[in-house]
Amino acid sequence: MTVMTYAEAGMTALAEEMRRDPLVWAVGEDLGRGGVFGQYKGLVEEFGPERISDAPISESAIMGASVGAAMAGTRPVVEMRFADFALCAVDELVNQAAKARYMLGGQTKVPMVIREPMGMWRSSAAQHSQSLESWYTHIPGLVVAVPSTPADNKGLLKAAIRADDPVVYFEHKNLWGMEGEVPDGDLLIPFGRARIEREGRDITIVSWSSQLHTASRASGILEKQDISAEVIDLRTLWPWDRDAVFASVEKTGRLLITHESVSVGGFGAEIAATVSEYLFKALKSPVRRRAAPRIPISYAPLLEDVVRVSEAQIVETVLEMMSS
Amino acid sequence: MMHRIRAFEEAAARANKEQLVLGAIHLSIGQEAIASGVCRNLRTDDYLLSTHRGHGHTLAKGANATAMMSELLGREGGICQGKGGSMHIADFGVGMLGANGVVAANINIAAGAAHAIKLKGEDGVACSIFGDGAINRGPFLEGLNWAGVFKLPALFVCESNGFASTTRTEAMTSGDGPAARARALGIPADEVDGNDIVAVDETVRAAVNAIRGGGGPRFIVCKTYRLHGHTASDPAAYRPREEVDVAWKNDPIARCAAILREVGVKAVELEAHRDAAATEMDEAYEIAKAAPWPDLALAYTDVQDIGDPRERAF
Ligand SMILES: Cc1ncc(C[n+]2csc(CCOP(=O)(O)OP(=O)(O)O)c2C)c(N)n1
Repeated sequence: MTVMTYAEAGMTALAEEMRRDPLVWAVGEDLGRGGVFGQYKGLVEEFGPERISDAPISESAIMGASVGAAMAGTRPVVEMRFADFALCAVDELVNQAAKARYMLGGQTKVPMVIREPMGMWRSSAAQHSQSLESWYTHIPGLVVAVPSTPADNKGLLKAAIRADDPVVYFEHKNLWGMEGEVPDGDLLIPFGRARIEREGRDITIVSWSSQLHTASRASGILEKQDISAEVIDLRTLWPWDRDAVFASVEKTGRLLITHESVSVGGFGAEIAATVSEYLFKALKSPVRRRAAPRIPISYAPLLEDVVRVSEAQIVETVLEMMSS
Repeated sequence: MMHRIRAFEEAAARANKEQLVLGAIHLSIGQEAIASGVCRNLRTDDYLLSTHRGHGHTLAKGANATAMMSELLGREGGICQGKGGSMHIADFGVGMLGANGVVAANINIAAGAAHAIKLKGEDGVACSIFGDGAINRGPFLEGLNWAGVFKLPALFVCESNGFASTTRTEAMTSGDGPAARARALGIPADEVDGNDIVAVDETVRAAVNAIRGGGGPRFIVCKTYRLHGHTASDPAAYRPREEVDVAWKNDPIARCAAILREVGVKAVELEAHRDAAATEMDEAYEIAKAAPWPDLALAYTDVQDIGDPRERAF
């Protein structure tokens, strides 16, 4: 075990995989200087500028060229800088990377990882703060990862690099500096396997990425009020660990999903619908969601906070659910 | 090869009329010299990325005509298992990494394939062929700049057939056109009569040699004319008949035949070539027609390994 930050864990994962496999390379704007969040610091010194490659501000070429490079036998790790900018490369991701294997009748796979730093950080307004993970769960062919801890960031990123599928990999900007214990060596976390952050009896709270920590803090407050919440970190959204969620809801009879992204059409809706379809009889109260209102994210701190779902709001919703 | 492409397209057009090809197909009749002239200068292990108008390119790169025709008909034995159709035709066995249904998308992908060649220290070339309409999409700028910045072994071929769908390309293109844009990005560009097989062949050969020699990307504009409509069902009523009649006089196959006659090839030999191509493609069509539909289980295969829909798709 080594204590390291979420950013260092991602860096360690990439460095280990690049040492293991010479076909792995990373490309994106400003990687030579260590990446905009320092998550590539020192890598160019070890691997050189061909494998830790700077790129022009050409998101569609970064993504599209990586699709071609993946089809031609390499394993690119694509840095999109901000999830918001990846929208300049949606054709290359959704129409090309996700579909090539299928459309071409299985003649190729597209092994690439698309790193998309996501989420609210501090006063970054509506084009540098979004959480768009649910969009990509809608696209057949894509894998979607949303790590919430340093250890998961290492283990999921390594697994993503080894995967033969295009993996959309959302690192949360608010978590870069978070420290945690990370297992040394080959840590590979399988996709679609949730982590029980905290065990509980009375209610299941499902979350992921940065919001998981808000849910976890809320469960601490609830515990003082004698409410035992089970907090589940999904870790990946496609595939998502339906079995873990079902097992928990069968035990608790209540389900709250909380995420930072907009509630309307968010992945929480998918989970809520699935649980309602299959576990309706196990439910003691209606499934609830706490997620962002459908408004753009503001710059001014207090306006920005309007979009954030706080632990107080989660506690409030849980209390409502417990009394219904 | 030009006869084979023409015969394939004619058989495909027939299949379209007979309602056995249901999706849109884009024929390359009149543009055969480009497909032939480019691909004869590529090795099997060189990469080719094509467009919606990609039958000729794919055939010229070495793909099997029957498997291609079966794909157009969506039948078992189709080169992409019936999952792609005309606009996603590909044959990785001969370095053909795919046609594309999104205009200009193949430019970045080809740049990336060239990037992989460079990273692996190989001596291949990645070639992208696209229309003159594609130069107005962002990936044209981004992909060419990318190839230039990284000095990639990439060949860009613009098939300038004068039309982008039903609109004349020049009406929607500012400035001096594809070659000027490529040069502005520091990429050497040639302009050639795309209906002159000898000129295309020589220009491409020189470019490919320069690229293989480590010279970085090259750009070639091939001037041509789309003799049929945008799709097989487009009557192309937006252009005068006389213009098309004149263009037919410039048919690349007839021009090639004239050159061959001049150097002593007999007319009967040329006719034999044409007839053999027609027979080959008619047979391909008959085989495709007789083939069964693909197994329904294929709908769920080759989506992804992780989160495979065969385990759970809902
Ligand atoms: C991004 C995108 N926009 C529009 C279309 C619809 N479309 C298909 S082919 C075509 C014309 C393309 O013209 P050009 O690139 O010159 O190729 P040509 O058809 O002449 O071979 C258009 C507009 C598309 N397939 N993709």
